[in-house]
Amino acid sequence: MEDLSAFGVDAWWVIVIKAVLVFGVLVVLTLFNIWLERRIVGRMQHRIGPNVHGPFGLLQSLADGIKLALKEDIVPKAADKVIYVVAPVIATIPAFIAWAVIPLGPAVHIPFTDTTTPLQLTDLPVAVLFILAVASVGIYGIVLAGWSSGSTYALLGGLRSSAQMISYEVAMGLSLVAVFMYAGTMSMSGIVTAQAEDLWFALPLLPSFIIYTIAMVGETNRAPFDLPEAEGELVGGFHTEYSSLKFALFFLAEYINMVTVSALATTLFLGGWRAPWPLSMWDGANEGWWPVLWFLGKVIGFIFVFIWLRGTLPRMRYDQFMAFGWKRLIPAALIWIIGVAVVRQVRLQGGVDTRTLIIAIAVVVAVLLVLALLPERGSVEPEADEDPRFDAFAAGYPVPPMPGQRMPEEREIVAVAGSATFNTVAGSASNTGSTTSETATSEERRG
Amino acid sequence: MDLYVPILALGLLAAGFAVFSVGVSAFTGPKRYNRARLDSYECGIEPTPQPAGGGRFPVKYFITAMLFIIFDIEIIFLFPFAVAFDVLAWYGVVEMFLFILTVFIAYAYVWRRGGLEWD
Repeated sequence: MEDLSAFGVDAWWVIVIKAVLVFGVLVVLTLFNIWLERRIVGRMQHRIGPNVHGPFGLLQSLADGIKLALKEDIVPKAADKVIYVVAPVIATIPAFIAWAVIPLGPAVHIPFTDTTTPLQLTDLPVAVLFILAVASVGIYGIVLAGWSSGSTYALLGGLRSSAQMISYEVAMGLSLVAVFMYAGTMSMSGIVTAQAEDLWFALPLLPSFIIYTIAMVGETNRAPFDLPEAEGELVGGFHTEYSSLKFALFFLAEYINMVTVSALATTLFLGGWRAPWPLSMWDGANEGWWPVLWFLGKVIGFIFVFIWLRGTLPRMRYDQFMAFGWKRLIPAALIWIIGVAVVRQVRLQGGVDTRTLIIAIAVVVAVLLVLALLPERGSVEPEADEDPRFDAFAAGYPVPPMPGQRMPEEREIVAVAGSATFNTVAGSASNTGSTTSETATSEERRG
Repeated sequence: MDLYVPILALGLLAAGFAVFSVGVSAFTGPKRYNRARLDSYECGIEPTPQPAGGGRFPVKYFITAMLFIIFDIEIIFLFPFAVAFDVLAWYGVVEMFLFILTVFIAYAYVWRRGGLEWD
């Protein structure tokens, strides 16, 4: 099925060079992304952003990293020492390892040698599954960091973070099923090849792509889903107690995870390292080292979307966020899988004309839309007038009414005004009336 | 097995880097310890005493973890089905529909019983 004969045959020094290159690309890309984020968010907020250190401020992130290394390394008294130290390591290693199977380009000729090797460290028949598995291991780092810190904020942040990541990992995994149906393989290079023969999967599988894009933002704890780092509630979340380079490692892991999910999206939905349409007219576009450029361009496009979202959207509430993941994304993904399976099988058997196919797709999309727009049962706010229990003095001291609630006296006035025939007079009288009656009732209560 | 050796190489590199970073920060930074600094951070007030062993946490997280296991297993079964989709033909579609339906019943039950509600 998939052809992996190009992989697993490299000499040891080629493996070492490629591993060091992947490692270097990730570290440099992280430094670049941090700078890019600060610059773009700065522009969006009518600021300039860092522009002092190096050309365009490019060395700012490096300077910050060195500064962090020179900060005091604190292990809190209440922390579980061993796990507290190991947690950042557990979070960092899987972030790097996931890149072992990301294809950066086709087979290239290594300069100064006569060796040819694919621009991909290795490939597996189960490469995508491998990435998902490795990403799950990274969650251990976060939950252990939160647990071992011995701090309330860190514990809550770690729990939230892990609950959020596993919830959105389900939606992410389900969104990929349709891609495997079309590609017929789970190997990364195989999926890239499948998209060369067909369209980019983002087009025929648009709902999958949308679900994946939402899930990848939730998976990486980024705005508007950055609830584990909700400063107003949890200070810094799971890394509240971390300082110095241990904190830097969590930061690094988070940014690498961003790049990883972007690279996965590029490979699975946007044709991987293959040139986009106008460029693909040029014959040499998909050969040699050029594809690295297309690949990085697509990945940085996704990174820009991440930054754009952060600059635009406010943070969601936790219950809304979990409800969205479990009650919207997952059923939508399941229904989409069934729809794709039926439509593709019908096409493979070749028994149905295009019109029926389009109608079938329309039905699936309609079901998806209805499901997504269905109002939550019981989420409607109760009407103010149907709630007679509001009592301003229930707690022993006066409290203002909640939004939608009315003072009992005010309700009486409204009722009187409604029954009166001359509304204008009643309306003008109600202002003064309400004040007097309010004072009267308050006096009564106090008496 | 040769396919997995490069992963090991990258893993060793990453592990070396991470362990080095954690280790070196103990030497590069200043050491001016005092009692308040070693306390848990709680916005400047005396930290709440932590129960031994991390204490208890809301059962909601536990339910979420259980649900995740169920759905993750469902995904694991769906992946091979998707890869072998063209070979299995209609048999595969019907089988997977029944499988998804089975899990969906459990899912609907959890939803109905309020397992997906956060307050």
